[in-house]
Amino acid sequence: MISVYYFGAIALILIGLYAVLVKKNVLKMLIGLSIMETGVNLLLVSVGYISGRSAPILSEGIGPNGAVDPIPQALVLTAIVIGVATTAMALSVAILIHEKYGTLNVEEIRRLRG
Amino acid sequence: MLKRALAIISLLIIGYWLAQGLAGVPFGQDRMLVGQYYLDHVKEQTGAVNAVTAVVVNYRGFDTLGEVTVLFIASTGVGALLWRKKRERTAKTEGSIVLTTGTRLLAPFIMLFGAYIFIHGHLTPGGGFPGGATIATAFLLLYMAFTVYEIPHKAFEKVEGAVGMSYVLVGLIGLAIGGYFLFDWIWQTWGWGHNNIGRLFSGGFIPVIYTVIGIKVGTELSGIVDNMLKEEVRE
Repeated sequence: MISVYYFGAIALILIGLYAVLVKKNVLKMLIGLSIMETGVNLLLVSVGYISGRSAPILSEGIGPNGAVDPIPQALVLTAIVIGVATTAMALSVAILIHEKYGTLNVEEIRRLRG
Repeated sequence: MLKRALAIISLLIIGYWLAQGLAGVPFGQDRMLVGQYYLDHVKEQTGAVNAVTAVVVNYRGFDTLGEVTVLFIASTGVGALLWRKKRERTAKTEGSIVLTTGTRLLAPFIMLFGAYIFIHGHLTPGGGFPGGATIATAFLLLYMAFTVYEIPHKAFEKVEGAVGMSYVLVGLIGLAIGGYFLFDWIWQTWGWGHNNIGRLFSGGFIPVIYTVIGIKVGTELSGIVDNMLKEEVRE
């Protein structure tokens, strides 16, 4: 039986993908992208979990054998920042699209005029 | 309707496929290879107590340099995309008195806490990126509460570039002393802080680099907020 954390992470990824595929508003697609990012990060962190161990901060009696894997956490720290950076870029593109076309509907944005 | 049904069916297939792949990765079991090495040696090799920040800054410092670069490019990109000759804040609604007074009280505390997070990156959870984001939150709060508030642009951009340069400079000093880029010269060559692991003055160059990263991230995210809140005004 699959773990509830894996299930939740996959569900978040799929919800994000659904929003990207089906929704027509650019902002809703960006929300979908952010949800997908959250799902991927949750998946990465939950892969590194080891039952019964605590956070990898080696103090107050937590030795090297009492901590979870620190590598996925470091990876996710990087991934979160990159997600924020891409979201900021995409949002400023969305602002420009609304200024140029007056709409955020992807079906109405036909011609890429300057 | 057909489109949605098709999307849901294909997503369920993808989900089943992902779940099949993850069924071979049991949850909550010890699968550490390099991670165990990091946990065993983090104290004597880096002087840090927090293994995550030691991995981020020390063992895999190149990733962090790339990450800082990505954030810098994003900040520059937002600035370039939203660039106009005359951009001003057009917000007219001043915050309520509760909001403005609360912001006046709260903003210094948020900044202090952000500085606390990034200075103690080698001891407590957190580090440069959460600390910098917390500092940017204080500026966001100021922007939201006061319609006239603006960050001092010239100073912010200069600080941002200078701290980015100093991160590379710390790495280059390591190259000169230890032979490779981002070598932890404070810990491994100077031996500074060897006898007080777990206190503030330890951790090699992790507090130095995290201070730099915290200031950089704080100024960058504030700059992004500033760019997004301004609108073009006609003369």
